[in-house]
Amino acid sequence: MSLRLVENPVDRLARTIEALLVIAPSPLSIEELATASEDETERVETALGLLASRYREGRSGIVLEHVSGGYAFRAAREAADACSRLVERPVQRGLSQAALETLAVVAYLGPVSRPEIARIRGVAADSAVAGLVERGLIAEAGRESEGGAVRYRVTPLFERVFGLSSLSELPRLDDLAADGDELRARLEEVAGRRGA
Amino acid sequence: MDAYAVRDLDLDLDAFEGPFDLLLTLVLKDELGLADVDVAGVVLTFIERLAERESPDLEACGEFLVLTAALLELKARGLFPDEDELAFDDLDPEEAAEELAERLAIYRRFKAAAGWFEERLDSESDRYFRLGPAPLAPVPQRPLAPQEPTSLATALRALAAEPPAPSLRHLELRFPPVSLFLDRFRAVLRKRRRFVFDNEVDALSRVEQAVAFLALLELRKAGEIKLGQPAPFEPITVWGVAA
Repeated sequence: MSLRLVENPVDRLARTIEALLVIAPSPLSIEELATASEDETERVETALGLLASRYREGRSGIVLEHVSGGYAFRAAREAADACSRLVERPVQRGLSQAALETLAVVAYLGPVSRPEIARIRGVAADSAVAGLVERGLIAEAGRESEGGAVRYRVTPLFERVFGLSSLSELPRLDDLAADGDELRARLEEVAGRRGA
Repeated sequence: MDAYAVRDLDLDLDAFEGPFDLLLTLVLKDELGLADVDVAGVVLTFIERLAERESPDLEACGEFLVLTAALLELKARGLFPDEDELAFDDLDPEEAAEELAERLAIYRRFKAAAGWFEERLDSESDRYFRLGPAPLAPVPQRPLAPQEPTSLATALRALAAEPPAPSLRHLELRFPPVSLFLDRFRAVLRKRRRFVFDNEVDALSRVEQAVAFLALLELRKAGEIKLGQPAPFEPITVWGVAA
């Protein structure tokens, strides 16, 4: 009499999800995984939990991460040096200060047009915007109105490059520049005293 | 030197003479171009005043630094004027100060956010992931091995030599003489009263078929044969005309 092992159905689903994540070019949401595997979202979540414990830093060279509103595989951080010898990372290489400032404006205020970006930064943003579009970090998101200026938003690739599960993970602007109000108060105080 | 002394700091510059707070007000109202203001001269005057004191006033130094930094920032940004720049002429000093301070504060926030992005990019620099199609591998550097000038000269001479003219022999058409087919068709007609042209030339090349057709036309012109064809592209039948 042969001994037959009873397979846990979640294990089978986990293997299917592994396969889907391997072939996907971008992070897959729970709904997308459920649709592709023809299974329920609750069971997909359970299977993802199983995979997360299996594919984690220190245990596997592949790490399952929740990023850009979905799930995706990436290389373990300990293999970063080896990865850097194999592949280039042109998307994030050599981003200038102008590009980073433009990216910040689009990330926080997007969809936002080039004139709006230029108004905030005080200089024309055409070159920085074109560079970010070429890198795939921002993309067109319609126009302000019919015939109006093109507006831009950040892409899922932006979230993935910066390791953000969503834009809500960005720090509050007020927390980043707490001295802004102080500067304003000082300027107003000095100028106001002369005007009075 | 207390905090008020910073505002009352007397300046004697090429473009402006008076207290520091008046300079700031004129700049905010756009009545004085910052490009004309020697900010370094302002700093020197402040340092001279500071040196007159027995002990430095840290609070005054701090305020002066903030105000000077704001002036420098305004001056730097003024070098790249925006077409949409709001005119400050119509604003009173308080509104102008309000507008400028507001813009600077907003810009400072996004500048700080850019700094956060830069730090984040650095901390996430060890994240590697597959992005659509496989990314290109870095181009390996292949430094040249030490070279001999003489071997380089030999290589260049070989490149400079006139290449041999390409042969066109394979393109040449070889036409058999028309007389060959004249004799052949006459010989056939001596044996038979008629023959089908297509059958006679079927095994020949296209060039030979063309020459054979010319021979056929020559015979027709000389009145030695009659030709018949039921329809275009149908086989051509040839009859010999008795002399």
